[in-house]
Amino acid sequence: MNTPAYNFAYLDEQTKRMIRRAILKAIAIPGYQVPFASREMPMPYGWGTGGVQVTAAILGPSDVLKVIDQGSDDTTNAISIRKFFEKTAGIATTTVTVDASVIQTRHRIPEAPLREGQVLVYQVPIPEPLRFLEPRETETRRMHALAEYGLMHVKLYEDIARFGQIATAYAYPVRVNARYVMDPSPTPKFDNPKMDHCPALQLFGAGREKRIYAIPPFTSVVSLDFEDHPFARYRFDAPCALCGAEDSYLDEIVTDDHGGRMFVCSDTGYCESRQRLGHRGTEPAAPHRESANDPA
Amino acid sequence: MYVAVKGGERAIENAHRLLAHERRGDRGVAELTLDQISGQLSLAVDRVMTEGSLYDRELAALAIKQARGDMIEAIFLVRAFRATLPRLGATAPVDTSEMRVRRRISSTFKDIPGGQILGPTFDYTHRLLDPQLGEGHVPELPATSEALPTAMPRVTDILGRDGLIEPSPATDPDAVVGDLTREPLGFPADRDLRLQNLARADEGFLLALGYSSQRGYGRTHPFAGEIRFGEVEVEFFAEDADFVVPLGAIALTECQMVNQFKGSATEAPCFTRGYGVAFGQSERKAMSMALVDRSLRARELGEETTAPAQDEEFVMSHSDNVQATGFVEHLKLPHYVDFQSELGLLRKMRKEFREAADAPPAQREAAE
Amino acid sequence: MIQHESADASDPLLVADTLCKNYGRIAACRDISFSLYRGEVLAIVGESGSGKTTLLQLLSAQLAPSAGRVSYRMRDGIMRDLASLGEAERRFLFRTDWGYVHQDPAMGLRMAVSAGANVGERLMAVGWNNYRDIRNTACSWLERVEIDVDRIDDAPRTYSGGMRQRLQLARNLVTEPRLVFMDEPTGGLDVSVQARLLDLLRNLVNQLQLAAIVVTHDLAVARLLSHRIMVMKGGRVIESGLTDQVLDDPREPYTQLLVSSILPV
Repeated sequence: MNTPAYNFAYLDEQTKRMIRRAILKAIAIPGYQVPFASREMPMPYGWGTGGVQVTAAILGPSDVLKVIDQGSDDTTNAISIRKFFEKTAGIATTTVTVDASVIQTRHRIPEAPLREGQVLVYQVPIPEPLRFLEPRETETRRMHALAEYGLMHVKLYEDIARFGQIATAYAYPVRVNARYVMDPSPTPKFDNPKMDHCPALQLFGAGREKRIYAIPPFTSVVSLDFEDHPFARYRFDAPCALCGAEDSYLDEIVTDDHGGRMFVCSDTGYCESRQRLGHRGTEPAAPHRESANDPA
Repeated sequence: MYVAVKGGERAIENAHRLLAHERRGDRGVAELTLDQISGQLSLAVDRVMTEGSLYDRELAALAIKQARGDMIEAIFLVRAFRATLPRLGATAPVDTSEMRVRRRISSTFKDIPGGQILGPTFDYTHRLLDPQLGEGHVPELPATSEALPTAMPRVTDILGRDGLIEPSPATDPDAVVGDLTREPLGFPADRDLRLQNLARADEGFLLALGYSSQRGYGRTHPFAGEIRFGEVEVEFFAEDADFVVPLGAIALTECQMVNQFKGSATEAPCFTRGYGVAFGQSERKAMSMALVDRSLRARELGEETTAPAQDEEFVMSHSDNVQATGFVEHLKLPHYVDFQSELGLLRKMRKEFREAADAPPAQREAAE
Repeated sequence: MIQHESADASDPLLVADTLCKNYGRIAACRDISFSLYRGEVLAIVGESGSGKTTLLQLLSAQLAPSAGRVSYRMRDGIMRDLASLGEAERRFLFRTDWGYVHQDPAMGLRMAVSAGANVGERLMAVGWNNYRDIRNTACSWLERVEIDVDRIDDAPRTYSGGMRQRLQLARNLVTEPRLVFMDEPTGGLDVSVQARLLDLLRNLVNQLQLAAIVVTHDLAVARLLSHRIMVMKGGRVIESGLTDQVLDDPREPYTQLLVSSILPV
């Protein structure tokens, strides 16, 4: 039988070269979606293959990788992807944001500010910000080429007319380098300001839709709005119950079936490092256990 | 007291162990062998090879076993493997007129040079469940006769000789054939990419689209000009050695549909073509592909495009079942952060709604 | 606000020069030449199959001519051959300096989006960024086309045919275009609704000094709206001149036939 032998970080060098070329084009044109010939990966399309291909193309043996999903290192898909790279690249991994050189993320930007030299790789399901307004790819490509974004503003206008505010809570569209309108991936709009003039390189991979785009370091990223309905971050107004942080995005935890609720940092790495430094919220946190059913 | 649940890694390991156990089933029952799958479920293997886009019966059988019979999961396994293989080059075009035919039928003529050869087929069987198959039944040996070397010219070539059917759309023989696994697909797409996309497409999707075209969603008046199944030689031109290397034979099913005739101000009317091909004996796939191929040619034939089967972007963007299942099933991934932001927005809007409803009329402002 | 150019009003705004359009062996338009001036309304009349709709599409650069040329004077005063415009320029022209009113308003509107957004879209496309301003401008235009401003947040799906057509007008006129193309603007509307719309059109054309090319099979529409008229038959212009003169004293037998077949009301 034909048994395969895998290259460092799984992809063969020719594929990596092809992806790097797409990445370079993307960096040269901030916010522009570069088509690339996405490969079938050992995880399904829609589960992070775009992000995985970008990470695999840029990883080197001395890199330190962090993988998060919904802000946590411990969610099932983050674990699966981290193990994949441990197995195929043998690189060091970490859960501490400041220690990582490459961070692959799904749906959140880490709370700890990123620094120059780090790369943030986003997993993107639908790269096209206009897709739900205009399903045809031929038409959306033309709109980007001609910077015809009137339709996007029509949607924002409609939201205000109907709801009194812009009704987009995540995947909030942004204008990059004053030219291309881009979808930042389904991160909550709370995270949008972190993209603006970020010291790290931001790469976006959409495997199933076969697009790569990028925001070079220190590039302007402005959330779309009207001057009399300016963009506002949304966050549940409370400190984290575990570490007391007032500036992080919170997950809502349902604690019982009488409506009991608790709000906790979505970025578990951030929350844990604050707790290590002595910060506390209203809920004392027990040491984490393997499962709710294990004895303490 | 709240305890954050961790241990996703162990949960995943245990889940996979359980999967492997379920896959094996009752250990008192004999394990399936790849030979059994390849030999006795050969049409399943044919489908996995076709949509997996890789001709290797043994690997396809392994994929089916590993996938516990879930065809799309098996196809995914084969595709993921294919993506790791080095690309050596392209073979010479396969010549189906030289096929060692095992089945060959045409519904456009009662009799044709070479004859109508039924071959092994479910056609005309009565679909009555046969309990004998459950009891270790030994079928009789098939009828045999002397093999007569007969020419089997393609029906479409016969029609073509009199100019009754359009010639196969001509392209520049030196032009590079598109490959959507190497270059990202763009629209509008030429026929080489369309056919490649359809060859790899999900059988059910193409079946439904082909069916819709027969029911009036973009009618093409199809006739099965010819369906042939058998073995063809595959040859590779080795540049270094400067001669053609035979690689072996593969089993193919080919379908040529003869469709709605078309003329123009400058040309006499003639029949138009639809083409389908698949690995193994995959007749339904080859026929459905031929129907959809013809529907997608609406644009180049100047026909009005009104139906889903004629919509190139719609068909080609949604035909790949590996992509489709990935995205549908990705909904199982955690989405609680985006859901959280939706919850927050909804709560805010509901609060504003209640406040507006409770406010005394004089203070109520127009929705702004 | 949008600037108006300073070119001499006696210079033509649009010039067609021996325009031809062939489909295979069929000549849909043959040797069409004319000039259109600012504030002038030209009616193109004929039966269906006369080539008038093809001509409208040639003049509005939606079709490329088989022979001949269409030139348009841009806001900077320069005469440009439409065939030489890049796609970006052409699309920009369509959104700002030109209007196109379709016979079926659903073709010229976003049916699922509110009236306010329909009217505001062109403004947003040229960079307007204040919600209030956009909404107020949309409101004032709805008033001008006699649509109740309370309907500003309703989608045109909920509008009557006449209202949709008036909304289409507002959507086109919000950027104060200098030239409006109209394809059977009153087609499909019942007679009283037609009359009201024609009245509105005539007033708007005068107020805004619009140049317009109106394709219609209805001579009454031509009489009411246009200064000049071109009669088409078999792809050619067989008679042209001042509307009242041509309709009161038609010279060509075909024109006489058309005029005489108007049922007296």
